[in-house]
Amino acid sequence: MNLASFHNSRVVPLDKTSRLSVADFRRAVVDRVARGWRLAALFGCPAADRRMGLHAVMANHDAPQLAHCSCEVEDAYPALTPDCMQAHWFEREIAEQWGIRPEGHPWLKPIRFHASHRTGNDAWNRAASDPILPCVTDFYQVQGNEVHEVAVGPVHAGVIEPGHFRFQCHGEDVFHLEISLGYQHRGVERALKGGPDRKTLHYMETLAGDTTIGHSLAYAQALESLAKRHAPARAAAIRGIALELERLANHVGDLGALAGDVGFLPTASFCGRLRGDLLNMTALLCGNRFGRNLVLPGGARFDVELLLRSELLERLEQAMGDVRNAVELLWETPSVMARFEGTGRVGHETAVSLGLVGPAARACGISRDARYEFPSGIFHFAHIPVSVWPSGDVFARAYVRWLEIERSALFIRQQLESLPVGPVFNELSALQPNAMTVSMVEGWRGEICHVVMTDEQGRFRFYKVVDPSFHNWMGLAMALRNQQISDFPLCNKSFNLSYCGHDL
Amino acid sequence: MKLLSLIHPFLALLLAPLLLGVINRVKAVFAGRRGQPLLQAYYDIWKLLGKGAVYSRTTTWVFRAGPVIGLTAVISALMVLPFAGQSGVISFSCDFVVMAYLLGLARFFTIAAALDTGSSFEGMGASREAQFSALAEPALLLGLAALAVQSSSLSLSDIFTQLNLQAWMKVGPAILLVAAAMAVVLLAENSRIPVDDPNTHLELTMIHEVMVLDHGGPDFAYILYGAALKLWLFAALLVNVLMPVQASNVPVNFAVALTGMFVAAIGVGVVESIMARLRLLKVPQLLVGAAVLSTLALVLLLR
Repeated sequence: MNLASFHNSRVVPLDKTSRLSVADFRRAVVDRVARGWRLAALFGCPAADRRMGLHAVMANHDAPQLAHCSCEVEDAYPALTPDCMQAHWFEREIAEQWGIRPEGHPWLKPIRFHASHRTGNDAWNRAASDPILPCVTDFYQVQGNEVHEVAVGPVHAGVIEPGHFRFQCHGEDVFHLEISLGYQHRGVERALKGGPDRKTLHYMETLAGDTTIGHSLAYAQALESLAKRHAPARAAAIRGIALELERLANHVGDLGALAGDVGFLPTASFCGRLRGDLLNMTALLCGNRFGRNLVLPGGARFDVELLLRSELLERLEQAMGDVRNAVELLWETPSVMARFEGTGRVGHETAVSLGLVGPAARACGISRDARYEFPSGIFHFAHIPVSVWPSGDVFARAYVRWLEIERSALFIRQQLESLPVGPVFNELSALQPNAMTVSMVEGWRGEICHVVMTDEQGRFRFYKVVDPSFHNWMGLAMALRNQQISDFPLCNKSFNLSYCGHDL
Repeated sequence: MKLLSLIHPFLALLLAPLLLGVINRVKAVFAGRRGQPLLQAYYDIWKLLGKGAVYSRTTTWVFRAGPVIGLTAVISALMVLPFAGQSGVISFSCDFVVMAYLLGLARFFTIAAALDTGSSFEGMGASREAQFSALAEPALLLGLAALAVQSSSLSLSDIFTQLNLQAWMKVGPAILLVAAAMAVVLLAENSRIPVDDPNTHLELTMIHEVMVLDHGGPDFAYILYGAALKLWLFAALLVNVLMPVQASNVPVNFAVALTGMFVAAIGVGVVESIMARLRLLKVPQLLVGAAVLSTLALVLLLR
């Protein structure tokens, strides 16, 4: 079945999109995923007459292209999940948000624990008056002698976000881990409807606080393509620098935290400080350590002056020297490597069938990087090699981060040394009405995907956000199979997924 | 009982929390930090003593008895330990077995208190503690047995007064093996890296700390103080083995032994600073290794 293919941040008029019957839609998605495509987004969107549109955005990483198709359903449709595991979490989201039942879904449970957006339609036939409490639900259970259950969270010992983890254990071994989130659900997607307005950018910057640049860049790209106006070259370079600085800071912080989790002090302490140094470089760019108020639809709010440029280069040089010393200590210390190697292994096939993204996927030997396959902005011109490692364990996830740190630092240096001249902001005109765009950015956690549809007035008819964590939480659950429960914190940190980015 | 033998328990009760301060300071220096005050453990204990305690409705007297019995048992164990050439406050034949099992009693009640909460975390911690201490105990007892053979006596005080330079000249390698085993037992029994990480806040990976999660206020102060005393006890054992003090001058003997104690603390700090924690699966191998060293020493001395 032929679907119109398009590229990252290109506009497709809504009347030119492929509308299929439910059976064809199902076949189109399942066939493509079986051929190696990945489900970048699958979501419900209200259509006319209380009917619901189901939309799928698929990405082909081997011959880079995107495809979209949709169909209309009423209250139920045959689930995709039995034939396409990547749909598992998406279909649960659709069932919860719109009260549509994916018939035959093997594990249909809410993922965020809120009432259906279509009042009166509930996939579980819960009465409207019943309160919905987060994570009050049936969990997968293993029965038998010597099998015990460990519940962790939502309140954790560290200063981290809330999430509930349910382990089925046999002694110290984990048979199964079920992850239940939703505590951070704010209803961002619904609040974006009818936008863009003054608040929209701030919603984007706080979708996941540690990915401020990533999400605001995806939003800016979407608006620029709908307004048919590029950001100036200088702004594109500055945004690329900020995106890579965000990656540097978070990867360095993660490597430090991994060292901390195995009780290896030197790297833990130094990386903690270095993360701060790198965040301060972002603060030099825009006055905020997390990069708020830097990316605007149409460009960047701040220019990089000559003095600032040399200051940044100098600081980068210094920080990278220290990072190299601290991180190489990890690979040289046998007691650290003994903890990292072979822990939390995710097989290549599992990673492919779950549709993992970002460093978690690249650590399973999958070459998948939106900067390379679906480039936008500065990445059209400056390519960053994709960092891949085959072993799929904690070591691989740590080592891929280190490779990316080196390559991002090189990229930042090159961009700072050859910043294009010109303005940093282009005023955007009105958005194209009745159109759709898919905007992808490779954030530090992986592929960020925003799908935007406009109405007759060029306002947001629908705004879908897919944070990389949405794809990857299942990967963490699989990584824990047959592992020691005491290695969970290490595995968790090696993924370092976002709770609020998932809960939205 | 000599009056001088009372000095050691007095020093231990006074200085034990300082050992923790020294370890933390060494770790801070390695990490390039200024670190917490040397006396932080004292402040913590003082602060906790001033607090109230909260008891879960699901717990019984066992939960409340745990910290008290734990602390009392460790203090009692200190009484048989010789230090700086002075014999223990009490000494009798086979008192080293009593010392080992007073520590065992403390552990039993800590584990029982942990199980009493019914928390899955504490149950896991208790199971790990039971498993690892069962493996650490042979290393300790066999090591002490080797020393007993060397000195042909069954009382700790005699064992260590007869462990002098001549003994080192004669059977030094065997004593060194015992010291190595004791060092491993010291790290394991005091939940230090590479066996446990005293700084971690991750309940799924902890061993000792997770068993005392539900204790608060004065109970937790007793636990902290008991842990400091236990560290002192094992460090003193190690110092007794490695630095047999011989001078006739009592103050010099004490100065040398105390220096040894702080060197041991610095050693623990260095180990924690330069290596990562073992995977829990590998801990038994380390402890069995220590037991093998002790056994080897015993065989060498029996020969």
